[in-house]
Amino acid sequence: MITTEQNIDPKLIPILEAVSDPEIPVLSIMDMGVVRSAVFENSIVKVQITPTYSGCPAMDVIGDDIRKALKDAGYKSEVELILSPAWTTDWITPRGRKALEDYGITAPLGVEADKDVLLHGKRLVKCPQCGSTNTKMVSQFGSTACKAQFQCDDCLEPFDYFKCLK
Amino acid sequence: MKDNLYQYILGIADNSLILGQRMGELCGHGPSLETDIACTNISLDLFGQVRSYYQYAAKIAGDGRTEDDIAMLRKERDYVNVLLVEQPNTDFAYTMARHFLFDVYHLLFLTELKKSKDMTLAAIAIKCIKEVSYHRRFSSDWIRRLGDGTEESHNRMQAAINDLWTYTDELFHQTEADKAMVSEGIGVDVTKLKAAYYEKVNTILEEATLTIPESKYFQKGGKLGIHTEHMGFLLSELQYMQRTYPNMEW
Repeated sequence: MITTEQNIDPKLIPILEAVSDPEIPVLSIMDMGVVRSAVFENSIVKVQITPTYSGCPAMDVIGDDIRKALKDAGYKSEVELILSPAWTTDWITPRGRKALEDYGITAPLGVEADKDVLLHGKRLVKCPQCGSTNTKMVSQFGSTACKAQFQCDDCLEPFDYFKCLK
Repeated sequence: MKDNLYQYILGIADNSLILGQRMGELCGHGPSLETDIACTNISLDLFGQVRSYYQYAAKIAGDGRTEDDIAMLRKERDYVNVLLVEQPNTDFAYTMARHFLFDVYHLLFLTELKKSKDMTLAAIAIKCIKEVSYHRRFSSDWIRRLGDGTEESHNRMQAAINDLWTYTDELFHQTEADKAMVSEGIGVDVTKLKAAYYEKVNTILEEATLTIPESKYFQKGGKLGIHTEHMGFLLSELQYMQRTYPNMEW
């Protein structure tokens, strides 16, 4: 139906990279991997975005922000929300992962490590403050749908862990 | 075909809407901050899923109704959720037992819906599976924690399971729309999920030192719009804004 490849017109990349995730402002929507395509069709920019979680309340804001950014750049646009293929944390770029960690949110581990952490309480998640992996899960659900709450047992700081979604 | 598909989508979506409303009621009332946030996160997931279904239903209906109209402007008899999901949050054991008994079904259901010939429903299912797996993990943990906890928590959890068990059989009843959609290769044959459901529920309950009650009588009616006395109260809150300020937009 739709490929997992992104299809983004190179001209539009700098504009879209300037749009940030309203809940994690350090992260561009491009680094988050939510923009799946952005192409010119009869002088209108058609953008397809996909939600991280079904109920992500940021999607409406992201849609508005994209339309505004493109309008400011002189383009008319249409933004469509698509569900397939479903978003995965694998689509967060290396730059996005770094931005998350700098912001104080630990980027997702791989699927198996994620299960070890969330199901078996293994200490693998690195504290974004002090770098220790002596951390424990406080709650499977965090401040937003995509995060879990953790605490570091060395520096005692609480922090968010971005859950693995595949 | 069109009417059956529309009705079929409501049959799926109404469960998530009503359960989402129940979980949302815990906002600010959860037994701890973490569970409060967890329950409202789950509620948000369910409402997100519901939007995808109702948007699709509105497109199928094609008569100008929007997703909000479908969610907010129906009468009680027009909601076709199972009775299980409308049961109230009496205590946290009850809330988690209700959620667990639905989650196990929900995940089995979505895993089949993913194979639907209807590409939209299949896409929604794939998206939902990721979220619902997490919900089931959360509720299963609480079943174990409370069931295999103190004498008090064990008794309360067993009482909740005993109370709610009567609503589980309805999950596997087929409506006319269900049958029509199954024959089209679009719908899930829920009658075939029963064995896997009992097996999974039983495994978790055993781990939690709980038992399935030996009940021979099961309640039904929600799928046909015949609800328990709790539904009216739930809807009066769910629909409050639209009833008080008709046609208001957010």
